[in-house]
Amino acid sequence: MSQNMHASRKFWLYMSFVGPAAVFFFLVFVIPLVYGIYLTLTDWDGIAAQMHFVGSANYLSVLTDGSFWNSMGRTIVYSCISVIAINLIAFGLAYLLTSGIKGQNFLRAGFFTPNLIGGLILGYIWQFMFSRVFVSIFSHIPATIFQRSWLSSPHTAMAAMIIVTTWQYSGYMLLIYIAGFVGIPKDLLEAARIDGASEQVVTRKIRLPLMVPSIVISLFLSITRTFKVYDVNLSLTAGGPYDSTKLAAMHIYSKAFEEQKYGEGQAEALVMFAIMAAIALTQTYLGKKREQEA
Amino acid sequence: MRRPIQHRTMTLKTILAIVLWLGYMFPFALVLTNSLKRKVSIVKFPLQLFDEKGLQWVNYKNAIEKMSFFRSFGNSFFVTACSVAILLLFSSMAAWFLVRHATWKSSKITFALMMASMAVPFQVVMIPLISIYGGVFHMLNSRITLILMNFGFGVALCIFMCHGFIKANVPLSLEEAATIDGCSPHATFFFVVFPLMKPILSTITILEALGFWNDYLLPYLVLGKKEIATLPLAIRTFYGTFSNDYGNIMAGLVLSMLPIIVLYIFLQKYIVGGVIAGAVKS
Repeated sequence: MSQNMHASRKFWLYMSFVGPAAVFFFLVFVIPLVYGIYLTLTDWDGIAAQMHFVGSANYLSVLTDGSFWNSMGRTIVYSCISVIAINLIAFGLAYLLTSGIKGQNFLRAGFFTPNLIGGLILGYIWQFMFSRVFVSIFSHIPATIFQRSWLSSPHTAMAAMIIVTTWQYSGYMLLIYIAGFVGIPKDLLEAARIDGASEQVVTRKIRLPLMVPSIVISLFLSITRTFKVYDVNLSLTAGGPYDSTKLAAMHIYSKAFEEQKYGEGQAEALVMFAIMAAIALTQTYLGKKREQEA
Repeated sequence: MRRPIQHRTMTLKTILAIVLWLGYMFPFALVLTNSLKRKVSIVKFPLQLFDEKGLQWVNYKNAIEKMSFFRSFGNSFFVTACSVAILLLFSSMAAWFLVRHATWKSSKITFALMMASMAVPFQVVMIPLISIYGGVFHMLNSRITLILMNFGFGVALCIFMCHGFIKANVPLSLEEAATIDGCSPHATFFFVVFPLMKPILSTITILEALGFWNDYLLPYLVLGKKEIATLPLAIRTFYGTFSNDYGNIMAGLVLSMLPIIVLYIFLQKYIVGGVIAGAVKS
């Protein structure tokens, strides 16, 4: 009896503190996740009253859906180039800003600004830049790359996506790298200099190895963020021209909500997550190994 | 001998940093200057600072009217404020309980599930979420639904942050003293623990408020009606309808960024810290 009382008191105590958070977490995350797996086994169109069990049909159509794998391939290329650009620029900027120049806090705050504004608005700003400003620059500086709007042909539109993403996230990764540079013990650098090491050697042999943890975090964050980009994609290019910049997240959205293939869309979402997780975890694993060796 | 060289490289570095900085700010500056120009001068001379016909404040008047700025601002504010408020209250309570009763099986399962959920992108639950709450329960088209969904999605990260904070910064002895003095668990939490959590709660406020304020996809899926649209939804409709009215569009973009930029100028240190603290969530 007293055992029972104790258990029910425990339950109410748990519910009164954790209850609201746990219930809503369950309602919007756990249930949809489980239901989503069930959804991939049906042919539901989002409207019909009944849905039929179709087994692995959705997964088979994902495998043969060329447009999905195209968007996945594009996402990987876009993600790779963006991640490299973001991290190179952020690393370089962090080095520059921590080398003791004046006004570094002010500059840092500026580089960070795009991270405070929604991707949708950033995309619109750059749509104006590419379709109006750069084209107008052409009338002053006759360089053929500015002759037409970058958003009007496939390759340059993808380049535009990469440029905007790099601009958006490099300010964020910059702060992570700055924290890394600031965290390098001064006496270590001092000792190396007294021993006669040149600045290049100090950077290569001391700074770089000690920056590996920051690099691992930044790579992880930029991979996961670029992989599921949607807002900027929507407002900058809307997937065009001719779907040439339609990235995975946008493809999944239109599969489910425009083509009304909920089950197939959900199967694609799971595949995208699996690929993203595989890439991000491999990178982190390799990075951690590097860290231990260093 | 070394001084002048060092001095010169420092100047070079400063110049390089400033040039890059100007490049980063260039798009913002152009949107701002063009928001006060007529369409003709925007299309012909986007780089020109001012319109020869004077500052076109009328663009702002039009943008405010056409995107129902004050209404959408109000909607964004309502959704953001309510979502953040319930998040702060319930995740701090939950986190404290999970820290202090970490050995309970229920605590272990809850915490582990929540931590795992942070690795899952929104796209993975998006379709079933809308199928269930739209298709089955018809709960869409309501700001309350959006607020509750924001709460459910935000809870894992907030509990994680509070959890770490409580473990490191809230002394158990203080709570024990309160209990000995006759405080119930709830009284102990609200009178002793909650006030001590101010630093982490303000970090969470900044991080989550920015996230909810800027969010596009979830509000778009949940809020169909124009009357309850938040700012990002309003700017999207506005852009779609008047995409050739550059002056008005630029004014609309400036208006949507203004609230955040103004806050950023005053709370820069806290905002940067808050946003970076959210890095744990992918």
